[in-house]
Amino acid sequence: MSARRHWPEPAELDAVDRGIVNRLQNGLPLVESPYAAVAAELSLSEGELLYRLERLLEAGVLSRFGPMYHAERLGGGLTLAALEVPEADFERITALVNAFPEVAHNYRREHRLNMWFVLATETPERIGEVIAAIEAATGLAVFNMPKQEEFHVRLHLPV
Amino acid sequence: MNGLTSTATAPRMSASPQRLRSLLEAGLPLTERPWRTLAGQCGMSEDEVLAWVERWQREGLIKRLGLVVRHHALGIRANAMVVWDLPDTAVAEVGRRLAAEPAVTLCYRRRRCPPAWPYNLFCMIHGTRRERVLTVLDAIVERHGLQDVPHRVLFSLKAYKQCGGRYTRETQP
Repeated sequence: MSARRHWPEPAELDAVDRGIVNRLQNGLPLVESPYAAVAAELSLSEGELLYRLERLLEAGVLSRFGPMYHAERLGGGLTLAALEVPEADFERITALVNAFPEVAHNYRREHRLNMWFVLATETPERIGEVIAAIEAATGLAVFNMPKQEEFHVRLHLPV
Repeated sequence: MNGLTSTATAPRMSASPQRLRSLLEAGLPLTERPWRTLAGQCGMSEDEVLAWVERWQREGLIKRLGLVVRHHALGIRANAMVVWDLPDTAVAEVGRRLAAEPAVTLCYRRRRCPPAWPYNLFCMIHGTRRERVLTVLDAIVERHGLQDVPHRVLFSLKAYKQCGGRYTRETQP
């Protein structure tokens, strides 16, 4: 499988790390000492929790820690978009698409629509402008699939 | 403190909430009193910072204080986007049921792009192995009687970019 070499080696998480990650995906209490509160729930010292969180951030297991914004209510725009990219041109198109700062995620997937990316913009109107700019840069039609309804999941990614 | 100084700081005072939001995008500091750390950086008191964040949570600007897990770093390599073509009258009910499945980590109704893309319900299933994700999906299809609903599984082959979106600017235009 040639795609495999692109993935980094997985980080080692012990049971305590997993407990921390799963607990914090449900949110941090809004109190003066939130880490002490969570540490107490997990039967850890505050120092150990902070140490482990630092290590998880350094290892790249956590990419972001803090508030999860609701982009639309902040006045921003958010959408999922896809392209049908000719195989031979995939690398060039990837570079063109990723050069847009509004592209937050970009995945290659198994389908005729083989490039999938998230666009996050400061205003909803900007989404249309960025899509037009991506179409102009790549010469490909962008399939725009904005969210119409979100169904809430209990835990975002159990580890 | 003289008059000149207070005049100079006046515009910054009104810009504080914006500054706080911008600082928060970088993440919550890993200190014993993280809100006090932020307060010092944006010229507010700790209570004011807590009040602003409480208000943003109440208004729904902040969904929750949590974290983003980079699943690749954990060896969770089989990231499947499962898409369904459901009648508009059934999509909300099925969406709610799929979201309640422990294996489903995201579930959205999205706009169809017919004829090339007829699907209107998207959900994500992560797993360490592709076969396991497919086994989980089979069980979900069975449990909810979705055998006759057209659906597709799009596994990710490679992540080219994974970063959080930035929604605020340091200064307003």
